[in-house]
Amino acid sequence: MKRSITLEVNGAPRTAEVEPRALLAYVLRDQLDLTGTHIGCDTSQCGACTVHLDGRAVKSCTVLAVQAEGHAITTIEGLASNGGLHPLQQAFWEKHGLQCGFCTPGIIMTAADLLAAKPKPTEAEIRHALDGNLCRCTGYQNIVAAIQAAADAR
Amino acid sequence: MATLFGSGIKRREDPRLITGKATYTDDVKLPGLLYAVVLRSTYAHAKLKRVDVAKAKKAPGVVAVYTGADVRDKLNTVPCAWNVPNCDLKVPPHPPLAVDKVRYVGDGIAMVVAESRAAARDALDLIDVDYDALDAVVDPEKATQKGAPELHKEVLGNIAFTWKVAGGDAAKAFADAPVTVEQRILQNRLLPTAMEPRAACASYNSGTGQLTCWVTSQNPHIHRFLLSVMTKLPEHRIRVIAPEVGGGFGSKIPGYPDEALVSFASMELGRPVKWTEDRSENYKVTIHGRDHVEYVAMCGTEDGKIMGLRTKVYAGLGGYASTAAPGIPTILHGLMYSGPYTIPNIDGTIYGVYTTTTPVDAYRGAGRPEATFLLERMIDLYARKIGMDPVEVRRKNLIPKDKFPYTVATGITYDSGNYQGALDKALQMFDYKKFRAEQAKARKDGRYLGVGVTTYCEICGLGPSQVAGAVGFGGGLYDSAIVRVYPTGVVRAYIGAKPHGQGEETTFAQIVADEFGIPVENVEVVAGDTEATPQGWGTYGSRTTAVCGSAVKVAAQRVKDKAKKIAAHLLEANEADLEWQDGKFAVKGSPDKGKSFGELALMANVAWNMPPGVEPGLEATAFFDPSNFVYPFGTHICTVEVDVETGEVKILRYIAVDDCGPQINPMIVGGQVHGGVIQGIGEALQEMAVYDENGQLLTGTMMDYAVPKASQMPKIETAHTVTPSPVNPLGVKGVGETGTIASVPTLVNAVCDALAPLGVSHIDKPLTPARVWAAIQQARGGAK
Repeated sequence: MKRSITLEVNGAPRTAEVEPRALLAYVLRDQLDLTGTHIGCDTSQCGACTVHLDGRAVKSCTVLAVQAEGHAITTIEGLASNGGLHPLQQAFWEKHGLQCGFCTPGIIMTAADLLAAKPKPTEAEIRHALDGNLCRCTGYQNIVAAIQAAADAR
Repeated sequence: MATLFGSGIKRREDPRLITGKATYTDDVKLPGLLYAVVLRSTYAHAKLKRVDVAKAKKAPGVVAVYTGADVRDKLNTVPCAWNVPNCDLKVPPHPPLAVDKVRYVGDGIAMVVAESRAAARDALDLIDVDYDALDAVVDPEKATQKGAPELHKEVLGNIAFTWKVAGGDAAKAFADAPVTVEQRILQNRLLPTAMEPRAACASYNSGTGQLTCWVTSQNPHIHRFLLSVMTKLPEHRIRVIAPEVGGGFGSKIPGYPDEALVSFASMELGRPVKWTEDRSENYKVTIHGRDHVEYVAMCGTEDGKIMGLRTKVYAGLGGYASTAAPGIPTILHGLMYSGPYTIPNIDGTIYGVYTTTTPVDAYRGAGRPEATFLLERMIDLYARKIGMDPVEVRRKNLIPKDKFPYTVATGITYDSGNYQGALDKALQMFDYKKFRAEQAKARKDGRYLGVGVTTYCEICGLGPSQVAGAVGFGGGLYDSAIVRVYPTGVVRAYIGAKPHGQGEETTFAQIVADEFGIPVENVEVVAGDTEATPQGWGTYGSRTTAVCGSAVKVAAQRVKDKAKKIAAHLLEANEADLEWQDGKFAVKGSPDKGKSFGELALMANVAWNMPPGVEPGLEATAFFDPSNFVYPFGTHICTVEVDVETGEVKILRYIAVDDCGPQINPMIVGGQVHGGVIQGIGEALQEMAVYDENGQLLTGTMMDYAVPKASQMPKIETAHTVTPSPVNPLGVKGVGETGTIASVPTLVNAVCDALAPLGVSHIDKPLTPARVWAAIQQARGGAK
């Protein structure tokens, strides 16, 4: 029943034996040991599992691993390219944009997608872009401030 | 060196969290790991006639299947650990897997252990359960009425306890008072929704007899104790590790069957076993919050002096008494009925009631939000009845700032306060008079603006252990720290509490670095592993900084006292002649010849030249037990506009002035306030766990339960006053729950104020557009 798939993950080819029904989120976590991608719900609401598929933010709990075959996946572990921090990671740190940190990888991946499409978003646009990501700790205020700061720093 | 106390430095915990390198419980992987999934009852109340697991046992990848009958002799029942006295508390047994009866949708029936998550999940569908359905009862008031289905044969009328609080003479006050207002208030049931669901991963080594259990825990030492009770393993054979924990809000305090079940399975199978709930399971199984039906009366004079408060409360406990459940609607609720006011006569009766629902326990604020809400709501109703401004009523009844420590009618003594100061500051930021003028003008234009003003205080920093014992809490409430200095002068502090987002790895490092005059980077704070950390009682009740932070401070002071002895010896000086300056101990008057902290760390650890009678090494342990709780306070103001055609509430401004004493890290305090306020706004406007009459949870997924989203929530304006607490060496009070406690009545009072011209006096929260609209229609209909 299992199928071998190869996908590009954080710039390198990775191969995994997966069931056709396996969700990308679980394959990333359980088989490829990329546990920075989190699973916070089972109905595609919380966004903790957000990764980039060919550069666009997707909820990896809503993508079958076999659908990702041959595509490029970026997870939070692969977001920064220089071994340091991505400007969004830096801004979340500076602005206290996280508390427990569980939603943070997904939110940063969503924000990276937003800034790629809209380099200077308004506060309302940022808040709207976060509708698919839930945070229970921060009240969102410092998340919004962090995304604004990252946009300003570009 | 500049002091770090009061500095908003970046958090030490963030680099691992923002790069995906943190380890949460479900990230733990061990060789030979098995996965467990629990079959949950689909009935709220039923006799279990037959549980047939034969087919599941033969399914591919399945290693074992356990039922209630399989574990009943191997595991003890799930304990309740808050045995509130003088209330005839009845705690019937809570089996880890149901044996002959299920009592809520989600009650565990069987556990499958398999080689993969998917195999375990698949096998669940092969288990055959024969239920004999019984009537459900989900409303805690109805559950006490004659003819209601009873959950436990030991508990007549489902009443787990009847707890009373009284001070003064409420009967006389209500007889004498010229004005009385009454209101039935519902405290909507809430789903805590920590973003990380619960998980447990157990690994038993039969050679050493040691069990290691990773648990999503706010209090690993409490979980060690509870696991010891449930598994029958002695406590010293159990190591509990709470690794990174993704939020708790109270839901990761209790002991649950699940961690005992995976521990049992690991002991039986000789392999590590992990269980992780999914969100739908979390909503059915992990504790809920609030769920009160309250009858409240307040009486007073015509000119705004409150004379008395009376309550009758039905507090839902769910199907079983969870770990801390009996203490929440009693000690943490009823004792706070005076709030920040001088209410001389108080009388409350609280019934704890079993219902066929998920167990209810501590959720952010735990008892205090309910107390603050009913009090603040009643004050607005009272103010409206006597035609007085609600702010003036509050001001007239606030405890004067020169009366602290102040003992309220419920018998507890507040540590310190300046309630008028916070109120004045908030009103200054807001310009209340100007808003009232705008409101009057808007009303003429057919627009409905409203303002809510809450003056609150709350009990936290739990708390003196002697009091914990006196109120039946099954543990101490001190906390602990080991401060260990390495030969190279760097430091680790091992703490008994377990932060899970609150940032104490940073703030406690600030405390230590300040004490030793060293860079904050030279201090690491370690929490969550019972093997490394001294006995502590966890992170909840806004206690970590006030209690555990104080232990860190005291331990660091002890280290410094020893370093001073060594410095005196090395400098051939009298200890009394030394002073601490710029990170060195030096003889007064010759600061250039001092011994730095780094030098003393090395000399203490190599012990080449110790003072006579002084042991080598440089570390100290402190157990700090506070002399009282702390009582943070403040004033929150919110303005709203209500669209009377749709019932939609728009928040215009939200101002939070909080006093948590001196702030170690203002950036972190700000984050706690933001998050707390938004959680309270969720409770006030949109969150509610809803059961149908059969006990089915209708809001069982994130599609149905309205966790606040970024686009729905306002920006919070924060400010502070600073009133130190005399009960700990840092002077600090808690701030983790104040936002949630204060914001709920602030919102609801603002909406009721907006709709006052239409004759709306009260709407049950959450104030969804449908409910607001219905209240407006009802008021309009009533006016005809």
